Amino acid sequence: MRGATHAKWAALATAVALAATACGGGGDGGGGGADGVVSSSWGDPQNPLEPANTNEVQGGKVLSMIFRGLKQYDPKTGEAKDMLAEKIETTDSTNFTVTVKDGWTFSNGEQVTAKSFVDAWNYGAHLKNNQKNAYFFGYIDGYDQVHPEKGAPTAETMSGLKVTGPRTFTVKLTQKFSTFPDTLGYAAFSPLPQAFFTDHAAWLAKPVGNGPYTVDSYSRGSQMVLKKWDGYPGTDKAQNGGITLKVYTDNNTAYTDLVAGNLDLVDDVPASQLKNVSADLGDRYINTPAGIIQTLSFPFYDPAWNKPGQEKLRTGLSMAINRDQITETIFQKTRTPAKDWTSPVLGADGGYKEICGSACEYNPTEAKKLVAEGGGIPGGTMTISYNADTGSHKEWVDAVCNSINNALGNNKACVGNPIGTFADFRAQVSTQKMKGPFRAGWQMDYPLIQNFLQPLYFTNASSNDGKYSDPEFDKLVNQANAETDTTKAVGLFQQAEEVLKGDMGAIPLWYQNGSAGYSDRVENVTLNPFSVPVYDQIKVK
Amino acid sequence: MGRYVIRRLLQMIPVFFGATLLIFLMVNVMGDPIAGLCGDRQCDPATAAQLKKEFGLDKPVWQQYLTYMGNLFTGDFGTAFNGQPVTELMADAFPVTIRLTIVAILFEIVIGITLGVITGLKRGHPVDTTVLLLTLVVLSVPIFVIGLLVQLLLGVKWGWIEPAVSPEAPFDELIVPGLVLASVSLAYVTRLTRTSIAENKRADYVRTAVAKGLPRRRVITRHLLRNSLIPVVTFIGADVGALMGGAIVTERIFNIHGVGYQLYQGIVRQNTQTVVGFVTVLVLVFLLANLLVDLLYAVLDPRIRYA
Repeated sequence: MRGATHAKWAALATAVALAATACGGGGDGGGGGADGVVSSSWGDPQNPLEPANTNEVQGGKVLSMIFRGLKQYDPKTGEAKDMLAEKIETTDSTNFTVTVKDGWTFSNGEQVTAKSFVDAWNYGAHLKNNQKNAYFFGYIDGYDQVHPEKGAPTAETMSGLKVTGPRTFTVKLTQKFSTFPDTLGYAAFSPLPQAFFTDHAAWLAKPVGNGPYTVDSYSRGSQMVLKKWDGYPGTDKAQNGGITLKVYTDNNTAYTDLVAGNLDLVDDVPASQLKNVSADLGDRYINTPAGIIQTLSFPFYDPAWNKPGQEKLRTGLSMAINRDQITETIFQKTRTPAKDWTSPVLGADGGYKEICGSACEYNPTEAKKLVAEGGGIPGGTMTISYNADTGSHKEWVDAVCNSINNALGNNKACVGNPIGTFADFRAQVSTQKMKGPFRAGWQMDYPLIQNFLQPLYFTNASSNDGKYSDPEFDKLVNQANAETDTTKAVGLFQQAEEVLKGDMGAIPLWYQNGSAGYSDRVENVTLNPFSVPVYDQIKVK
Repeated sequence: MGRYVIRRLLQMIPVFFGATLLIFLMVNVMGDPIAGLCGDRQCDPATAAQLKKEFGLDKPVWQQYLTYMGNLFTGDFGTAFNGQPVTELMADAFPVTIRLTIVAILFEIVIGITLGVITGLKRGHPVDTTVLLLTLVVLSVPIFVIGLLVQLLLGVKWGWIEPAVSPEAPFDELIVPGLVLASVSLAYVTRLTRTSIAENKRADYVRTAVAKGLPRRRVITRHLLRNSLIPVVTFIGADVGALMGGAIVTERIFNIHGVGYQLYQGIVRQNTQTVVGFVTVLVLVFLLANLLVDLLYAVLDPRIRYA
């Protein structure tokens, strides 16, 4: 059999080649213990790596390692604690005096001063710099001059920011905002060294910050090597020698690499692998709540969806969704059925409370009754719009529709409406083109109840895509922001949330968990409330 | 010959413009790309307007196309949304994909043609039947199934290879992905060669060569194979372009940061500049590969002359 011999040789040649390859790879990082290097999966950041321009997790991972701001959110409780801030004082909740701690430097030796913050914030707010998080500075007085809605900016810096000494500066806000200091842990408020402004291209190629890590090398689109910074003055020093972030084309591949032992940490376990995690990783799998909530929003700008009495229809739809079943079968419990419009990561003190109650419980008979009382579904059929390209949205939208159809006993009540790409979906949502409910997701910027309510449901707020509006809600939010006592402020926000419940301004679906898997080389792996791994605490065995 | 080549090169110009225009329009039809940049929230209108101005998205499509083409001839392929010039992305991605394509084509040529010759000569023989059956299996199984299976078995279960290719993607790490990428084409090449050989085996010139008393080896390589390769060469030539652009699935499975991955990301992020740039280059590659194939005909078959 000549042919067979040939085939055998080919097989042998391939096998040899394979064996040779296997010998070449493997073995990342030098040694273990405090010098051990952790390799972690990464995705190409969508925007240039500037603090005020990074609004997604991949860029956020880097910023969490190389920057420290005035405040730092506790990885466990989410509480905002002083980091670089010695004190932030106010008497009227509008004017704040910030004192920066002494002894902090950037990794290039430059001192972190009040100017480092003020310059960075002015850069982030200015229209010409195209910073996607510019709106964070919107509460500061003078923002409208550097970032007007229309036309060219009329000022270079915000009048509300003044450097009053080497380590002190004052912030003037346009409105009362008692919890403003707690927002300062967000990466957009990071200080920036002078090198950022003088040689911007070089800074982007190799960012310099003041966090526990320094960037050792960065090849865009493939990998970033971060080393522990020995001179880091903070208390949260890195517990490992460094982090290597590797870009993966697909999170399935990253997971496979983790199972094969070539990678230490995957922070986004793909949905298709969830049923294998316990077999593959055992207890090296984390599934913890993150500050992300998924909702169904309604197009209140469409007259058909904005009639009096329709709050019953919306509440009925909410009760027609079997959240427990969907989170269990489709998401393998990586989502938790929602019980309010915020997130459990806020904790009871922060304002998390099961406000939605029975309106978020599955109750098909009551649902059917309420939908009928609310005038029925406009047009007899509704669509739920979603983007089909990422996030396995199709599965759950179909399941939600199924659940609604079953509860209402009408096979045509609800149908999914896929939109090809995320960009197109967002374009249609933000230009008010929706004809029925649509999926909405909210990842908190900072762990405050205000962040879950005001940007989403306040009249004409930046992310109020459904154009929900209720004067009572707006009034309570304004009162809450003016309240200096945190507990009272939280109470007022909860009252506003009750108003939202009465209207069922959006249907809460579930809270999204952060998931991660890690190798047996590392330990003490946790995720913070933003579902970013707490890299500095990872220990290498 | 020279005039033929020039004529063919001139023909490429309208094809090039037509193809880029089509791609440009298709990407534009997908809608506003800026909206996707701000995550699940609305971009603030001022920043969105500023970004649109910067990327030239505020102008009508025809004007965008003209500006783009104008820049193209000065070597400026535009900037991706993450601030990286598209030429830089190309410089990273194309060498990787070219290496992968070379590996795949080598597999096609070496394994595909060898198997094709063997089966073509031994029609009806058990070897023939086995190979035919195997190619049928490969043709009918989707490539991502083959890829994931190979990755799981060789990479995770047996540990022969790294399941993910490193960013540098040297040749030795691309052997298995190359084989996966080539698998379907390989089956085609085998079948094409087999049919062609079987047909020509009974041709007059082969009988003459055998009657002249030439050694069997010489009859096969010089007379039989040379004539039988024409359809195969056509196929492989066209496949070069298809492999480079169609590696999206394989590249994602094996973590290869090549053209397919960049295209995928460009499409998902609706980045016109990346997508049009990469596809433009792919169109050129495709056209050149086809020209090369046509020229190779003359080498293989002396009866074909170009004037």
